[in-house]
Amino acid sequence: MLYDILIGPFADYAFMRRALWACLALALGGGPIGVLLVLRRMSLMGDALAHSVLPGAAIGFVIGGLSLPAMGIGGMVAGLTVALLSGAVSRATGLVEEASLAGFFLIALALGVLVVSLGGSSVDLTNVLFGSVLAVDPLSLLLVAGIAGVTLLVLVPAWRPLVYESFDPDFLHTVGGGGSARWHMLFLILVVLNLVAGFQALGTLMALGLMILPAIAARMWARDVWRMAALASGIAFASGVGGLLVSWHAGVPSGPAIVLVAGAVYAVSLAVGPQGGMLRRRQGNPSRHA
Amino acid sequence: MTNAIEISDLTVAYDRTPVLRGVSGRFPAGVLSAVVGPNGSGKTTLMKAVAGVLRPSAGRVRFTGPGRADFAWLPQRAAFDRNFPISVRDVVAMGLWSRIGAFGRISGEMREEVEAALAKVGLAAFADRRIGALSGGQMQRALFARLIVQNTQAILLDEPFANIDAHTTADLMTLMERWRDEGRIVVAVLHDLDLAHRQFGWTMLLAHQSVACGPTPEVLTSANLAQARDLCHACAADRDFWAAA
Repeated sequence: MLYDILIGPFADYAFMRRALWACLALALGGGPIGVLLVLRRMSLMGDALAHSVLPGAAIGFVIGGLSLPAMGIGGMVAGLTVALLSGAVSRATGLVEEASLAGFFLIALALGVLVVSLGGSSVDLTNVLFGSVLAVDPLSLLLVAGIAGVTLLVLVPAWRPLVYESFDPDFLHTVGGGGSARWHMLFLILVVLNLVAGFQALGTLMALGLMILPAIAARMWARDVWRMAALASGIAFASGVGGLLVSWHAGVPSGPAIVLVAGAVYAVSLAVGPQGGMLRRRQGNPSRHA
Repeated sequence: MTNAIEISDLTVAYDRTPVLRGVSGRFPAGVLSAVVGPNGSGKTTLMKAVAGVLRPSAGRVRFTGPGRADFAWLPQRAAFDRNFPISVRDVVAMGLWSRIGAFGRISGEMREEVEAALAKVGLAAFADRRIGALSGGQMQRALFARLIVQNTQAILLDEPFANIDAHTTADLMTLMERWRDEGRIVVAVLHDLDLAHRQFGWTMLLAHQSVACGPTPEVLTSANLAQARDLCHACAADRDFWAAA
């Protein structure tokens, strides 16, 4: 009985197994990236970046069909272009980076929807916007796993400076750790890579869900950044598994199911998490959260 | 010859509005130096330019003398996100960066160094706490412990005693006096003229320009303070500063 509910779907169907592996890869890369996004106060900037991936993915889709590599490369190019352009524009005009990014992502989003509707049907548009982790083919799985691997490899040397820089932005300057712009750019590239990995499963609209929700949930539990990252990956994977099962048994779309499970974990963490959760706070815990 | 920081004709501008215009002066080792001036006179900007965080549009900062030209910088406490999930010990261990860089491992010896610094500032019992659980004074002690671990020739501090209780201020002053006696360059931005008079042997009076720089009694004269007032119209709003002057 329990087997039928929890294990059966994965044991019996290859596409469910592939979706499971995809969730694991997304969780491993997206967990720490999400933590850094939250700590750098960039949660919403990440969202804007996620949307700006769309036109590239759409062009890739029109050329190569519903294949992650074609859409992934297009998405990467579009996401990085928007990230670099908005950084450059904010430096050139004095506009806050967040504002210039907001401008570019809206243009990109509109352009993307336009390209998809010109080149495909509304079903295709739904696919790009909302993703479908159940349709992950072996090649796409390879890409998602590759991105997770690259992310973790890059984070090994970049983790310490990125965390230090989030906590005390001037610190690295004064100790010769290189300008913050260099680390920031490297980080943005990682964010875009992980968004591209996420959008096959969750779509461009919700790709960030499996990064941010586990990260802010983990913040309510973890005492330090390392634990927070590990916990975020764990929560992300558990949400993936939970969401896939809900989707399977209830017959609902997988992307929203996964994000909603992660959302439920977040809500519970907000209430009872020991590091600033609402119940603990009422008991007079001195620690606060943002 | 002792170490010193030499500032010559330094100009720093934000969006073409100069905050510092042709600032010159010298901060020698072996004496506690204060940078004083009303709010908005460019004190923090000067410290950031000296620490290399800001690039000046003209002029330069030089480190002269036989020692290593390395700086440690204490930002204003308000610059920190106090909810950041990091322990007191990890904040202090940041001071090891120049030795371990991005991936070096923290050796047992370094670990002891961090513990010793924590003990020196009286936070040994707080090492495992998250910084959010610290009071303002304790947070400042932790940041001083990081400076101890950084172990640099020059130490720059931005308003180290703002909103800090008298007991902590006294303890931190003792640490700064020890650094002075070890022959380091110690420069603190101060808002409190009284404190500069009492404890700092060397002072730069700043009002977008360097009005005067030298031994404190020669710098904080009523003539110089009047000149500072003329140079910085926007600073007139800082009533507390002028009341003390």
